[in-house]
Formats: sequence, structure tokens, C-alpha cells
Amino acid sequence: MLTIENLHATADGKPILNGLDLQVNTGEVHAVMGPNGSGKSTLAYVIAGREGYEVTAGSITYQGRDVLAMSVEERALNGVFLAFQYPVEIPGVGSATFLKTAVNAARKHRGEQEYDAMEFLKLVKAKRAALGIDDGMMRRALNVGFSGGEKKRNEMLQMALLEPSLAILDETDSGLDIDALKIVADGINALRAPERAMVVITHYQRLLDHVVPDKVHVLAGGRIVRSGGSELALELESRGYAGLGLEPSAAA
Amino acid sequence: MSAQQDAAQAVESYAGERYKYGFVTDVEADSAPPGLDHDTIRFISAKKGEPEWLLAWRIKAFERWLEMEDEEPAWAKLHYPPIDYQDACYYSAPKSDSDRPKSLDEVDPELLKTYEKLGIPLQEQEMLAGVAVDAVFDSVSVATTFKGKLAELGIIFCSISEAVKEHPALVQRYLGSVVPYSDNFFATLNSAVFTDGSFVYVPKGVRCPMELSTYFRINAANTGQFERTLIIADEGSYVSYLEGCTAPMRDENQLHAAVVELIALDDAEIKYSTVQNWYPGDAEGKGGIYNFVTKRGACRGANAKISWTQVETGSAITWKYPSCILQGDNSVGEFYSIAITNNRQQADTGTKMIHMGRNTKSRIVSKGIAAGRSDSTYRGLVRIQPKAEGARNHTQCDSLLIGAECGAHTVPYIESRNPSARVEHEATTSKISEDQLFYCRQRGIDEEDAVALIVNGFCREVLQELPMEFAVEAQKLVAISLEGSVG
Amino acid sequence: MPSRRTIPFDYPAPGADPAPALPGAGLPWLDALRDEGRRLSANGLPSTRTEAWKYTSLAPLAELDFPHPAAAEAEAIPAEPETGAFDALEGPSLVFVNGRLSSRHSRLGDLPGDLRVRGLARGLANDPAGIEALIGNATPNGDPLAAFNAAFAADGCIVEAAPGAVMDQPIRLRFVAAPGSEPLAYHPRVIVRLGVGSSLTLIECHEGPAGAPTWSNPLVDIEVGAGARLSHVKLQIEGESAYHTALTKAALAGEARYESHLLALGARLARHEIHIRFDGEGADCQLRGGYMARGSQHVDNTTVIDHAVPHCESREVYKGVLDDTARGVFQGKIVVRQDAQKTDGHQLNRTLLLSPKAEIDTKPELEIYADDVKCSHGATAGEPEADQLFYLRSRGLDLRTARKLIVEGFMGELLEEVGHEPARAVLSERVAAWIGGDRS
Repeated sequence: MLTIENLHATADGKPILNGLDLQVNTGEVHAVMGPNGSGKSTLAYVIAGREGYEVTAGSITYQGRDVLAMSVEERALNGVFLAFQYPVEIPGVGSATFLKTAVNAARKHRGEQEYDAMEFLKLVKAKRAALGIDDGMMRRALNVGFSGGEKKRNEMLQMALLEPSLAILDETDSGLDIDALKIVADGINALRAPERAMVVITHYQRLLDHVVPDKVHVLAGGRIVRSGGSELALELESRGYAGLGLEPSAAA
Repeated sequence: MSAQQDAAQAVESYAGERYKYGFVTDVEADSAPPGLDHDTIRFISAKKGEPEWLLAWRIKAFERWLEMEDEEPAWAKLHYPPIDYQDACYYSAPKSDSDRPKSLDEVDPELLKTYEKLGIPLQEQEMLAGVAVDAVFDSVSVATTFKGKLAELGIIFCSISEAVKEHPALVQRYLGSVVPYSDNFFATLNSAVFTDGSFVYVPKGVRCPMELSTYFRINAANTGQFERTLIIADEGSYVSYLEGCTAPMRDENQLHAAVVELIALDDAEIKYSTVQNWYPGDAEGKGGIYNFVTKRGACRGANAKISWTQVETGSAITWKYPSCILQGDNSVGEFYSIAITNNRQQADTGTKMIHMGRNTKSRIVSKGIAAGRSDSTYRGLVRIQPKAEGARNHTQCDSLLIGAECGAHTVPYIESRNPSARVEHEATTSKISEDQLFYCRQRGIDEEDAVALIVNGFCREVLQELPMEFAVEAQKLVAISLEGSVG
Repeated sequence: MPSRRTIPFDYPAPGADPAPALPGAGLPWLDALRDEGRRLSANGLPSTRTEAWKYTSLAPLAELDFPHPAAAEAEAIPAEPETGAFDALEGPSLVFVNGRLSSRHSRLGDLPGDLRVRGLARGLANDPAGIEALIGNATPNGDPLAAFNAAFAADGCIVEAAPGAVMDQPIRLRFVAAPGSEPLAYHPRVIVRLGVGSSLTLIECHEGPAGAPTWSNPLVDIEVGAGARLSHVKLQIEGESAYHTALTKAALAGEARYESHLLALGARLARHEIHIRFDGEGADCQLRGGYMARGSQHVDNTTVIDHAVPHCESREVYKGVLDDTARGVFQGKIVVRQDAQKTDGHQLNRTLLLSPKAEIDTKPELEIYADDVKCSHGATAGEPEADQLFYLRSRGLDLRTARKLIVEGFMGELLEEVGHEPARAVLSERVAAWIGGDRS
């Protein structure tokens, strides 16, 4: 589903990714771990197409298409979803309004009838309960004044509604307490499906206790330096990045 | 709900087009020759069969206006070539005017077709949500509905020409009592040459059960429009009035100088909402309406309230400051405004809140959005008079710039002469952040829709002040007005 | 054609041409500059129909008959001006009596070699070419009151810091009026040039006794070089018949920093106009102004901050207290030009009104042509918060003391930012004295 080959990318002229290779197949969940500054978020942004990053070499192929040639929204409409580490606040725009706009954009793209307000509210109601999101939160402006946990749960709700083929979760576990972590993890697990792939970017093992990955990669210095099964995450947890010879500061 | 859907559909149907209302109805106009002198005034007055006192008032205004030659306001941040007032035509009525239709069946079918294109299905209005419509085509009212229902409650809703004939005492008492004939260059011109407009009187203790609305439309080349609207809410009454406009595409700049006067007596409340989407000119600034409007409300009585809400997306030039004179103790003035300028549009708009009575309160929320090569200015005055013990004002002015060739300006004037008054003003200027756009686009929303979404969010505090029917239309307008401003 | 935007003003009163008596007369470039100033000032004073003077009427000034400047001078420099507010401070001090440098009262001490301070009149005599280079750009641009300064400046001074010069002690400029029986006017011109990376504190003080009306019309022309820092303290405590119309203009090169700390307490009418222009990226300016007025005083603060280049920051806080029938005016304009992306500009005006007849007119203005900027302004006006008063009174303070305390705190916040400790102490004393009821 997703093939990244020899990816080099810079931000503000500074090299961040330095020859990254990654192969994710349909139905798989991959964890990408790494110390601060190793390039985890950059990887997520480059796949999603955020401005400010320049790809200087390499390729990203998604469902056989050249991702780098697609606009941000084209990628999204073709099933690439990024759960943001820091979801953006948009004052005045109601969460429900935003969700409906996004879902209808996807439906329109697929040639499906757009939802009207009633249909949409029914759909949301079914999905939001599991994530502990109440109606009040849906009426508030998007992410404005949301707690860290509320923001992340809202991202999961968007993912559940948009049903992406490829979900990239950028430090979705950061800033969550244990209960919220459980809710978010359940949300992720509920979306694991044979036709969907996920890349879970995280600094810590703890999310992976709940979302057991098929593969684990360690990112350092802008490259995948080790790959393995879920046991690799446990090894990292016990020995630390330094134990693997990856000094966080050196890696940055 | 049905009205809402209808409005939404009506809006949907024109949402895809840049400016659909660029057509001209072929109605043979019974017009005064271009130019303005004493004879023009007499012609207008005679045409309308006015009483002597009104003609005298017009003449007084005209003579004052002649003295105002060098008083055409120059302080606004607006640039336009000098207007040749002798080149405009000051009276133009549909020919059927002399024999006014008694019902819709008698209305010129050409006109009805025009309204249909405008999305004002007049014949359906009675079935829809109880909105009475006093439609002004060019300068004369052609049809008024729902009069019967309103009359039962003692509410008068008619054209001002009709009010002059049927309710002269009310008109004579209040006309010019808020905006005197000598008020300013444009209002004085209006006083001399106004042709028609709406008149509303809501009697004591009556709550008007429906939104009253008027659609304005400019037609006939070179015809200035000089509406005059007068709304009186007697003690303890309530009325909500909607004004909405579209205009056909024209190359000549068309002058518009309306005057709106509101009077709220003890415990009365008037809510006045405007959506203005007149022809703004083309992308290069050619054509478009010049809109010089004087709107002012007086809270004459204690606990009175006047609330202005406006969505200004049209016109090449907008010069407009809907104001409140807070005379009655505890009276309240509100001004909620969205002004969007794109391409070469220029808007200089804001409000004046004059606090005279004790414990008067005012609230100003202004959202200015500038795109293209346009300029958007908020200009507002808050004045606390010495006797306005305990007065309160809060002003919030936010500007949003889209693109690097536009300008957004904020010019508040705050004059406080009472120490117990509290005046607060806040203003910000910002742009749509890259992060916000990226977030929306990552969710599959294209850039233009994302901008519309974010701008609507930016305007939300004002949009929610609009009656439902207007809110839907206004949101669509926000999107239409900003088409082509990004990417 | 007479315009309603100006007030006719016969200045100076008819008599012999004052120009030949001014220092440097006969220098062609200077004569030309003065002629231009004369030509512009002949239009009169701006009236309240001029937008920038909407709230401040100069009509009472226009009614005064100022005798010929030369004649006024002949009337004598008084023996000994009173003690100055900043006399206790260390460092070089220039004293101007009725607008003319008094070497008797000034002391420069041992200036470091990279700092040069000289009087304008003497400079014109000794080094006209040098002065021409400095004054050359200072044509008044049609600014109505600067035109009077250009035409009639009889003295002033030039302060120059060489690149890298760092001066710990402040340089004090004291302007003291010593009027005789006739109205008196003076138009000092101060030129300040800070070289690359230099650093200086400048203290400007305007004083004068009660008595015949005076009109001081100083123009302070500042250029802060790249990476240089200027802290500019101004105390204005002229007498109750005085008119003070000051223009301070500062141009900031890249990474420069300019701080203005103004405290305006005196004069019947005072207008402090400050124009800041950012010429280089990364510069920042901090304008802090305090004004306290009572009786029928009128105090006007007008500022224009022109963000002409990207990445500059401006912070502006003006706070004032108005009592009796005093009137305060604040007009603050921030202009952000098309190229000035990433501008960060904030402005705040807060006024406490202590009397039912005091008035504040505020016009904070944003004029913005760049889309990637952060700009805001805020304004509040009103009496001291009832909650605050109640809290203090519930702790046993009487109303008078409680109000005093609130006013002190209100103004104190502003003075905290003055970096030069002894100067701050002087300003604090003046604020305390004002609150205590002292007239100036």
C-alpha cells in the first residue's frame, strides 16, 4: 500500500530525513519509534504534504501512485489520514460543521450522495459515543479550548468517520492520561481492518501495549535503523534508545 | 424550517456563479430627465402626489445641499472619481406606477419574472414562513403582502409614499427626527430627492410576529436610488426588519444614498438586519455600486434597544455607519458587522454609539475581511456624554487579510466624558494560518472551501445574530465573495 | 485661499525680520531651509478640522502675541534657573534657558572620546558643513509645527555616539523657561545619532515656572544605528500657562532598539507627537507614556509607528490619569506597509478618569497592508474599579487613600520599565507628588 524509498527531506534547508525506506502492506499496523528530533513528525508531514518540507530525493508511492505529485487534499480524498500531534484550533468553526464538510468532501469525491444534516448527526452519534465525545463538544469550535485528551479523541472521531485506507497517527498518545489512552487505543483497534494500513508514530511503548503492531521500526538520524516485530518495542522500553546505541542528542 | 430550506435552495442555485444577477429588465421607465434643480424636486413630489409640507421639506434640504458643495465627506479611506450629481437621474418608476396594482395579479409580469430570477418567489411568499415582502423595484413599491395579517395587530407596513398619504401625522412627526435633513451631504441629498422606501409602525405592546423584509434592486441605467426608510417601535413593542439587495451588472457606477431612521420608544426593541450584495464591479474595479448610506436609530425611551446587523459583501464603494443614539436610560445599542471586500472594492464602515442616558450599554463586533486588492476600514465612534452615568461599551474589531495586496484598517474614536462609564476597545489583525489551511486540506477540504469555512468561523459571532433565513444566505455569500481570492 | 483646516497665526508678531539674527544666518542651505519653514508656517496652525488635530485646539495659542524672538532674548536670561528635576543625577548635562544653550549652567564633564555633544548655535559657527549633513534630511515634510521649528530654531544640540560607544551615564538635556513679562516662544532642535552597536540613555526635561505664557516647540530628530540602543526619558513639567508642542522622530536601523519613557505632567496644553520609522529588519521600539492632568490642562499624545520593513516589533503603552476638567487625547497609529511581513505590533491606552468633568478622547488606529502580521490595540477608560476600591476599603483604608493607592499602582506599572534607576526614581517622585496634590 505504501512504499517509501530512499526518502530525503529538508526543512528550512536543514536535512531531516536522510534516505528513509519503509514498506507498509494493506492490513498491517506499523509502529515508527524514535528519539526526539529523529524525524518522526517530518515523515508524517511529508506523507501528508505539508508545506515547508522539501523532498530532495527518493519517492513515496501509495496505492501505486506518486504521492509527492498529489495536492494535500488529493491525498486526503484518496484515503491518507493524518492524526495530528497538535490538532489545529479554528475559532468559530463548529466541530460538527467541520466534520460534515470533510465527510461530504470525501463522499462527493467518491461520487456518493452528500449527507444532509440529519443523516450526518445520526452517523456521528453512533461513532462519538465510543470515544466518549458528548454533543456539547461537537458544538464547540474546532479544537478551541479542548483539553489534550479531547483533541486526540476528536482526531480519532474524524478518522472513524473518514475511514481512511492509510492512517498515520503522529504521537497520538502524547499528553494523554491512562484512561484517555485506553479510549484512544480502543478507537484505533476498532479501525484495524484487512483493507486498511496504519503507521503509528510514537515515542513510548505504552500505546503499543494496547495497539500491538505487526512491525516496529526505529527511526534515528532521519533513517530507519532497525526493524523488527513487536518485541523490538519492548526491547526499546527496557534498554532505552541509548541502549541501542542511539543517543537522543546525537540523533537530532 | 421550510423557509430555511427555501432560502438555502435559492442560495444554492446561485452559489456556483460569479455574479448571476447581471441582467437588466426591460421596463419602460417613466423617468425624470437627468440633472437636479428645484424643478426636479417638484417633479418628484408632484409625481408622488405629496402634501405641501413634504415638498417644502425637500426644498429646504435641497437648498441646504447646494450650500454643502465642499462638504462631500473626504475623511473616509475611499478613493473614487468625483461624482457628477447633475448627470444622474433622480426619478424612475415602472410605467404601471400611475395605476398601482391592487394585487399580485396586476403586477407587470416582467417584474414578476425579475423577482423570480432574483429568487424572491413573491407569489409563494404568503405560504412561506410568514415573511411579508415590500419589494422595491427601482424607486417605487410594487407589491406589499401580508398587510391584512399585520393590520389586525395594528402594525403598519407599507411604502413610505403610501404612509405619507395614509398616516401623514406619523410621518410628519418622525421623518427627519433622527437624521435631520441637514445631517450630512448624502443624507441631505436623500432628503431632497428620496423616491420611496419602507415605513413601519408597531403600536404599543405589540410584538411583530414575523420578520418584515424588503428587497431592493437597482435597475435602469443612471438611476440613483434614494430610499428612505422609517421604522417606529412604540412603547413595549418589538420588530425585526430584514433588508437585502442585489443589483444588475452595469458599467456605469451607480449612486445609492439611502437614509434609514429607527425610533424605539420605552421598552421597545428594533432589530435591523442587512445583507448587501450589490454589484461590486468587475475584477478590475470597473462598474459597481457607490453606496453612501446614513442609518441611525434613536433609543428615545428607557430600556429601548436597537440592534444593527450587517453583512456587507457588495458595492464598489461602501460608506456606511449604522448608529445608535442612546437617549433613554438603560437603553442598549448593538452593531454586528461583517464587511468583505475583494478585487478592487473599498469599504469604510462602522458605527457610532452615542451614550446620553444613564446605564446605557453598547456592544460592537466588527469583522473585516479584505482580499484581492481591496481596502476594508472599520471606523467607529463611541461617545460617552457627561450624563451617561454608568454607561458601558465593549468593542471588538477583528480584521483578516487574504493575500498581500489588500489593506485592513481600524480607526476607532473613543470619547469619554463620564468617569463612571467603562469603555473597552480591542482590535486584532491576522491572516488565515498555514496550519489551519493544512489541517482542513488534510481532511480533504479543498483550499477555497477551507478559506470559506475558516472565514465563516471568523464571522460566527456576527452570523449568529442574523435571523435564520439570512444566516444561511450570508454564509453562502461569504464564500461567493471570496471566490478567486486564494490559490 | 484661507482653509478651514488652519488657524491664522501671526508669528512672530510683526516687526523686523528675525532671520538675520538667527545663528548661521547667511549660510545658503540654512537660509533655504528656514525660508521653506517660514513659507509653510505662514499657513498658520492646524485647526481641529485637520484630522490629526481633531481633539486638540491650538486656538488659544494663536491668540497670543509673541514678540520678536530677538527682542525677547534681549529681555534677558535670568540669573539662575531653579533647580532641575534631574539635578541629582550623574553625567553630562546641557541646560537651555529660553531655548538657548547656557554654558554657565551646563556641564559636560569628561566625555568619552566616542561620544560627541555640542550646541547647535556653536556648531553652526564652527562646523557648518557638519551640521548641514546632519540637519539636511530634517526638512519638516509639511508638518505644521515642525515648520516653525525649521524656520525659527535658534539653538539646540547634537548628540553623536560613535559605533560601539557605550555610555553608562545618561546625557541630560534640560529646557527651562524663564519668561519675563511678555509671552515667549522657543523652538529647540535636538539631533541624536547613534552609531552601529552603540548604547545611550538620554534624559530630556522641560520645565518652567508659572507666569507669562511660553510656547516651547522642540523637534528631536533621532537615528538609531544598526544594533544600537537608545533609552529616551522625557519629563515635561512646564508651568500652567505654558504650551508645549513637541515632535520626536526616530528612525531605526536593523536590530536597533528605541525605548521612549514619557511622563507629561505640566503645561496648559501639551502635545507630544512621536513618529517612529523602521528602516531595518529586526528592530524594536517600546513607547511608554504617562500623562497626569488636572485643572483645565490639556494633554495630547499622538504617535505614528511606521512599519516599513519586515520582522519589526513595536509595543506601545500609554496610561493616564485625568482629574477636574482636564482633557486627555491619545491618538496612536500603527502603519504596516505591504513589505512589512511578520510585523508584531501592539498598542494599549488606558485612562483613569477621576472627575465627572474630565474627558479622554482616544483614537487608536491600525492601517495594515501586509497579511502575515500580528497587530492589536486596546483602549479602556473609566474610573478606578469599584471592586478594587471596595477591597482596599474593606481592609480599613479610607476612600481617598484607596484611590491614591490605585492611581499609584496604575502609573507605577508604567515606570517599572524605565531601566535607569535614578531616572526612574525621579519620575516616581513626580508621580507621587502629583497624586499628593502638587501642581506639577
